[in-house]
Amino acid sequence: MATERAASFTKRSIKDASKRELLLTALSMLDLTTLEGKDSPEKVRGLCAKAMRPYERDERVLGQRLPSVGAVCVYPNLIPTCVEMLRPPAAESSVKIAAVATGFPSGQFPLDVRLEDVRQAVAMGADEIDMVISRGLFLAGQHDKLWEEVRETKKACKRADGSYAHLKVILETGELETFDNVRLASDISIRAMHEVCPSGPADAHGNIDFIKTSTGKVQPAATMPVTLVMLEAIRDWYLETGHVVGMKPAGGIRTAKQAVHYLVMVHEVMGPLNVPGFAEVAGNPWMTNNYFRFGASTLCNDILRQLVKLKTGKYVAGYDFAEA
Amino acid sequence: MTTRLDIAKTYKLFINGAFPRSESGRTLPFMNARGEVLAHVSHASRKDLRDAVEAARAAQTKWANATAYNRGQILYRMAEMMEGKRDELAIALTEPMQRSANSTSKAAAKSKPSSKVTPAAAKFEVAAAIDRMVHYAGWCDKYAQVLGCNNPVSGPFYNFTSPEASGVAVCVCPDTSPLLALVSLMAPALVPGNSIIVVASEANPLPGVIMGEVCTTSDVPAGVINILTGQRAELLSHISGHRDIDAIHAGGLTPAENTLLREGAAENLKRVTIREAKLEAKKSARQASANTTSFDWTDATCNSPWWIESFVDFKTMWHPAAS
Repeated sequence: MATERAASFTKRSIKDASKRELLLTALSMLDLTTLEGKDSPEKVRGLCAKAMRPYERDERVLGQRLPSVGAVCVYPNLIPTCVEMLRPPAAESSVKIAAVATGFPSGQFPLDVRLEDVRQAVAMGADEIDMVISRGLFLAGQHDKLWEEVRETKKACKRADGSYAHLKVILETGELETFDNVRLASDISIRAMHEVCPSGPADAHGNIDFIKTSTGKVQPAATMPVTLVMLEAIRDWYLETGHVVGMKPAGGIRTAKQAVHYLVMVHEVMGPLNVPGFAEVAGNPWMTNNYFRFGASTLCNDILRQLVKLKTGKYVAGYDFAEA
Repeated sequence: MTTRLDIAKTYKLFINGAFPRSESGRTLPFMNARGEVLAHVSHASRKDLRDAVEAARAAQTKWANATAYNRGQILYRMAEMMEGKRDELAIALTEPMQRSANSTSKAAAKSKPSSKVTPAAAKFEVAAAIDRMVHYAGWCDKYAQVLGCNNPVSGPFYNFTSPEASGVAVCVCPDTSPLLALVSLMAPALVPGNSIIVVASEANPLPGVIMGEVCTTSDVPAGVINILTGQRAELLSHISGHRDIDAIHAGGLTPAENTLLREGAAENLKRVTIREAKLEAKKSARQASANTTSFDWTDATCNSPWWIESFVDFKTMWHPAAS
């Protein structure tokens, strides 16, 4: 059922004006990501520049300043480089700094090592922590261990001033085998994070936690059916408690067309909830980059390509945009 | 006793090594002399062009990095496969292709070939096309020696200039000589390692479609050759405006079409090479038909290695000399 329903979202006819708005929204939702062993400070500096201003000729070619992306997503060692680029005195940017932690991408480390990983990343200035769960323990049926590790990780996100770094729980759905497992892991993660620090509009500190599909290191990564199952978990949690949890599909979303399909799904599944306090997005907080992100890197340039095509009517070359 | 029904071929596009229909779902009907529908040929849209360019771009590096010898073998293999399809190609050239009367396009009505191609002329064109393929196959591992050079410099250095493929080239075929023109436009671009998109002759696209089948049986890597059929009027502005196309090769088009191709190229500096008849020939051609700049595809100039030069960029390298 999830597969058929997800496929139905790809069949909508979308007019150019709406497509343009969706592409701009998708651009602002990007977690521009580089997670490679060969990542260097210079590469991350380039990524940060791209994150703040995805297309430097935007005003000349498109006649408008494009939005910054939502966040950059890097390994912990590169957080200082991001802080240097994105925070005062160099810049005053809205781009968040997300770091993968807890023994990314496998999570196969002792829990105290993984928690220390998180504490250090938060201390270095990460705004958001992308944690991986122990898929092995989960598949072995030790669901209480999953609850425990998410809860402890969220606790480790606490800063000296008492606030919390936002947490994204990567389920690595490509290794969870079934939709039932994805739903169960989503439910456990959402509740475990909530136990430490409630998220969503009910929370005065503006704490926002996410569930995320994949590390990007395992195939298949994000798919629409899996994202649909996770969105339904988020929806049911909102209906039950009134708390809003964010969603981040990551990996495998490479084209602007795919991104538009995901946003159609977010609109149709979450739109009817009509969450109070989000009038500017028709009651759908998941249509903002506070609650929905795309973990991707090549997607950025494809969105830019489509925006230029819509504006000028001409197809664009790869060399027209900076590499991300 | 029942009579056997002929199994008619579905004429489709050739993109990325596969034979898709046009994404638009459109076809153009072609009739034979007796007014029977001969074929519904795919009517490519700008989105098919876009897909073809993406495929060509993705395939280009690997094709350029194949050894010159290997590219030569593959082009020669194409000639071998054409040889096996000689009769089919000749029939495709002979059938007096006419767009059906209910076709809405004015350009289509104009583009009807005025005279029937005789079987002898068709045979001649097929042979000439195969020979040209073999000719350019031979140039694959020789053009660099002719176009490249070792430059004298003052200092203990060697200074080499070597030709490299430009990237993605589009070949726009004219209404006349649908097979020979196609091979003549395509082969010089393939030799140095460009990947190409062919817009087959609008008046008779069938030989172009058959060339797709030649490619699949010749170890041409998917995406290196892509073949579109349809209407030039619809595709030309998108070809000239597309920023990811590096070169255009055309000949025998109308002056207006030539202008359109050159104008769009001014924006991203793609190289436009248009084969036109020499001045005196032009004058007589003008008397024959004010509409096209005809070009004689059997002319020996078509075999010139300088035709390859239109599809290379030159790289100059310094290397320390011994002593």
